[in-house]
Amino acid sequence: MTTALIVLPLAAALVIWVLPLNDVSAGALALLAALAEVGVWIQLAARYDFGQGGLQFAQQRNWFSDLHVSYHVGVYGFSVWLTGLTVIAMAAAIAYGFWAGRDRLRAYLGLMLFLTGAVVGVFTAQDLLLFYAFFEAMMIPLYVLVGVWGGPGRLGATLKFVLFTMAGSLLMLASIVVYGLSQNTFDLVKIGQSSSNWVFLGFVAAFAIKAPLFPLHGWLPDAYRESSPEVAAILSGVVSKAAAYGFLRIAITKFPEPAQHYRAPILALAAIGLIYGSLLAFRAPDIRGVIAYSSLAQMGLITMGIFSINDLGLDGSVLQMVNHGLVSTTLFLLAGMVERRTLTGELSRLGGMARGRPALATVLLTTGVIALAVPLSSAFAGEFLILAGVFRHGWAWSVVGAVAIVLAAAYVLRLVSAILHRDVGPAVSDAALDLRPAELGVVLPMLACLLALSAWPAAITQHSFRGDRPQADVAQGFK
Amino acid sequence: MIPTPHIDWFALAPVNSLLAATGLALLCAVLAPARSRKAVTATLCGLGYATALGFAVALYVKSAHGHGVVVDAFRRDRLAELTAIIVAGSGILATVVSYRERWREDHIGEYYALLAAAGAGMIFFVGANNLLTLFLALEWFSISLYILCAIDRDRLSGLEAALKYLIIGGFGSAVLLFGSALVYGATGAIDFPGIAAAGHEHDALLLFGLAMIIAGLAFKASAAPFHMWTPDVYEGAPTPLTAFMAAATKTVALVVMLRILVTAFPGDAYVWTRALAVIAVFSLVIGNLAALVQKGVKRMLAYSSISHAGFMLIAVASSSSLGARALLYYLIPYAAMSIGSFAVVAARERELGVPVTFANMAGFGWERPLLGISMWTFMLGFAGFPLTGGFVGKFYVFAAAYRHGWTWLVIVGVLATLVSLYYYLGLVRAMFMRRTEDLQLAPIGGSPPRDALLQTAVVACLVVTVGSFFAVQPLIDLAKHAASSLPF
Repeated sequence: MTTALIVLPLAAALVIWVLPLNDVSAGALALLAALAEVGVWIQLAARYDFGQGGLQFAQQRNWFSDLHVSYHVGVYGFSVWLTGLTVIAMAAAIAYGFWAGRDRLRAYLGLMLFLTGAVVGVFTAQDLLLFYAFFEAMMIPLYVLVGVWGGPGRLGATLKFVLFTMAGSLLMLASIVVYGLSQNTFDLVKIGQSSSNWVFLGFVAAFAIKAPLFPLHGWLPDAYRESSPEVAAILSGVVSKAAAYGFLRIAITKFPEPAQHYRAPILALAAIGLIYGSLLAFRAPDIRGVIAYSSLAQMGLITMGIFSINDLGLDGSVLQMVNHGLVSTTLFLLAGMVERRTLTGELSRLGGMARGRPALATVLLTTGVIALAVPLSSAFAGEFLILAGVFRHGWAWSVVGAVAIVLAAAYVLRLVSAILHRDVGPAVSDAALDLRPAELGVVLPMLACLLALSAWPAAITQHSFRGDRPQADVAQGFK
Repeated sequence: MIPTPHIDWFALAPVNSLLAATGLALLCAVLAPARSRKAVTATLCGLGYATALGFAVALYVKSAHGHGVVVDAFRRDRLAELTAIIVAGSGILATVVSYRERWREDHIGEYYALLAAAGAGMIFFVGANNLLTLFLALEWFSISLYILCAIDRDRLSGLEAALKYLIIGGFGSAVLLFGSALVYGATGAIDFPGIAAAGHEHDALLLFGLAMIIAGLAFKASAAPFHMWTPDVYEGAPTPLTAFMAAATKTVALVVMLRILVTAFPGDAYVWTRALAVIAVFSLVIGNLAALVQKGVKRMLAYSSISHAGFMLIAVASSSSLGARALLYYLIPYAAMSIGSFAVVAARERELGVPVTFANMAGFGWERPLLGISMWTFMLGFAGFPLTGGFVGKFYVFAAAYRHGWTWLVIVGVLATLVSLYYYLGLVRAMFMRRTEDLQLAPIGGSPPRDALLQTAVVACLVVTVGSFFAVQPLIDLAKHAASSLPF
C-alpha cells in the first residue's frame, strides 16, 4: 500500500510524458491520478491502526546487500498526516496548474506528479539511503518547475535554490555514509542511536537549509517569488515539511545526545527566524513576500516545537506542520488567483477587492484568520501546544513565540486588508471577476480540511505517536 | 626447435575477434566499392565488438578462478572480462554513434578498422600480467587512438588534437616504460606476482619506478596533474571518438592501475594509497574548478571526466575489496553517461555544423525532447543525483573512502560534487530554460537530421544509466566477483 502510494504518481507521470496526449486529456489524466492518490491515502489512513501505532504497511526489498541498504518503506502515525497533506496539496496544485493552462502542460503535470511521488517517498522511506534518494529526487522536478515556468528572475532563483539546498543535502550524504557504515546498517528502524556531533550537524544542515531556518533562508524569497503560484505553494506547504520531518524522524530520534547538546542554539535560531520572518512579512511589499517570510517564521516555530522534545511540543509541531502546509498552500494559490486578475502582487497597487467578490473575500479572510491563529482555529491549537512545550525549557522561548503570534496577526491582517479592503487599487479593474467555480474547487477542499482540524485538532495530536506519548515514542526511536 | 607455450585461445578470443574485424575492415577499405564501404566496415567493426562482448561474457562466466595464460603473460579472470564487457559495449555504441558523423569519408574504412584495433588493445591491456604486455597493449591502443584523432584530415582541430595527444601520450608512455625498467632493475621480475614476491619494500629504486608507473597510467586515466592533454584532445577529436575515449580509455587505465598496484605492489600500499589520494584530490579540484568556466560543452565534459577520474581514484586508493567493487560499479554508469552525453553533443553538432557551446544548446531540450531528457539524465548522473547509477557509484566511492578511514576524502568528494552541480545543471539550464530565439545561430539544414542510430545509442545509454540505479545488486555481484580476482 505504501509502495502504491509512491509508485502511482510516478507511473502516472511516465504515462503522461510518454503518451502524445493533448493538453485536456493530459490534464484530466493527471488530475485523475492525483485524486486516485488521495483515494489511496484515504484507504491507508482508514486502515492504519492508530491504537497500535508504530510502523505499519511496511514493505522491504533488498536493494544492495553488501552495504545493507534496502528498499524499506512504511508509515507511522505522523507520516500518515504528512503524506495526507502532500497528496491533498499536490492534487490542488495540479488542478490549479491544469486550470491555469501552463505551457507545455504534459511536461509540467508530469513533473508535478513525479514530485508527489518523491515527497511521499521522503515521508515513508525507512532506509537512510532511500530517504536521501527521495530527498534529492524532489530537487529534480523542483529545479525545472521553478526554472522553466517561473518568472523573469527564475534563472537566478533556481541557481540559488539548488546550490543552497544541495550544499545541505551533500553534507547529509557525508553524514549518512559515516553514520550508516559505522552502524553497519542503513535501515532507519534498526539503526542505533549515535552521539556523534558532526554527523548530527550534517543532518541538521540539510534540514535547516531545506526548512529553511534563519540564517540559511537566502534562497527562500527569490524561489517563492519567481516560481508559479502552485509551485510556490508546494515549496512552502509541502517540501519544507520534508525538512521538519527529517528533524523529527532522524535528528532528534537518532541523535538524542547531540540534540540535547545543541538544543539551545537551534531553539535560538528558530526563535530568531520566527521574529525576523514575522517582521519581514510585515514589511514585505507584495503578497508572495508576506507568505514567503511567514513561512520562514512558521518553520521556525515548528522547529522549536520539535526541539522541545516533549509531549506537548512534538504533538503541536506535527499539527502545525499540517496546518501550515494547508494554510500556506491555500494562500499561495489565492495569491496566484489574485495575481492572475491584477497582473501584480504588489500590495500598494491592490485593494478593495472584497467589493463585488464575495467568494474571494470569504475564502481569503477565512484562511487568513486561521493563519493568524485566532483561538478555536487549528493553528491556534498547534501554536499553543508548541509554546507550552517549549515553555519547559525556559519561559523566554514562549514569550518570543507569543510575540510572534501577535506579529502574525499584524502581517496577516495587513495582507488581507491590503488586498480586500481600503480603496480600489490601480491594478484592480472591474473586469477582475470573483473566484470561478474551478478555483473554488481547488481551495475549498483544503479550507474544509483546515476547518475540520479546527473542530477536532486531536485527530492529529492524539493520533501521531504510539500510545499518544510522543516523548517516549521518540526516546525509543519509534520502535 | 623452439618450444611454444600452450596458448589458451579462448582467453584471447575477445581480442582476436576484434583483430579479425580490424583485418577484414582494412581489406574492405580497399576492396569494397566506395558506396558501400562505410556500411560494410562499420558493420564489421560493430560485429567485432559484439563478438568480443559475447566472448567476454562467456569468459566471465567460465573464469570463476582467475589464472594466467600464455606463460602468465596474460590474465584470464573476471576483472579483465568485466572490463572487456564495458569496453566492448562502449565500442558498439561508439560505432553506432560514428555512423552518421559528417566528415570526409575517404578513410572511413580505416576509421572503423582502427576503432576495432583500439578496442582490441584495450581488452588486451586489462588482461596484462607483466610489464611487457602492459606496455605493448598500452602502445597498441594509444597509437590507434592517435591516428583516429587525426583521421578527418580537413579538421584542423582534429590534427592539433592528434599531435598534442601523440606528444603528451608518447611522453606518458615513456614515463611508464622508464618506470617499468626501474622496477625490473629493483626486483629482477617483470610479472606482477613476481614483483610482489621479490618484496623489496621501501627500496628507493622500486618506489621511483612505482611512481613513474602511476604517473604513466594517470596520463591515460587523465587524472590531474597529468591531465593537460585531455580538454584539447576531447575537444578536437571527432565527437564519437571522444565518447569512446572518455568511456573506454579511462576505464581500462583505472582498472589496470588497480590491478598492477594491488598485485605487484602490495608491500608499498602505504605509499601508493596516499599518492593516489593526493592525485584524486588534485583531479577533483582542478577538474571541477576548470569545468566551471568552460563555454564549450565538450571541454566541460572533458574537465568533468577529469573530476570523475578523481572520484574513481578514491576507490582505487582505498585499496580494498569494497574499493574495487566501487570502482567497477562506478565504471558501468560512468561509461554509459560519457558515451551518451558525447553522442548528444554529436547530434547537436551535426545539426548546427559548429562546435557546441552552452549558448547554442539553448532550447535544445524542447526541440529534441528525447535527446534533451537523455542529456538531462546524464548530467544528473554525473552530478550524482538519485535515479541514476551515478548516485550509487558515488555512494560506494564514499563508503570505500570511509572504510579506509579517510573521512576527509569523503568531505572533499562531497564539496567537489557541490561545485560540479553548477556546470552540470548549467547545461540543463541552457537546454531547457533558455529559449531557442535567444540563439543567434541558424541550423544548417531545415528540419534536424533524423538519426535513428544515434538515438538508439543514446537510449541504450539512458537505460544503463537509470537501470544501474535500480539493479544495484546484480551489478555489484558482478563487480564483487571481478574484484575477487585481486588478492585483497
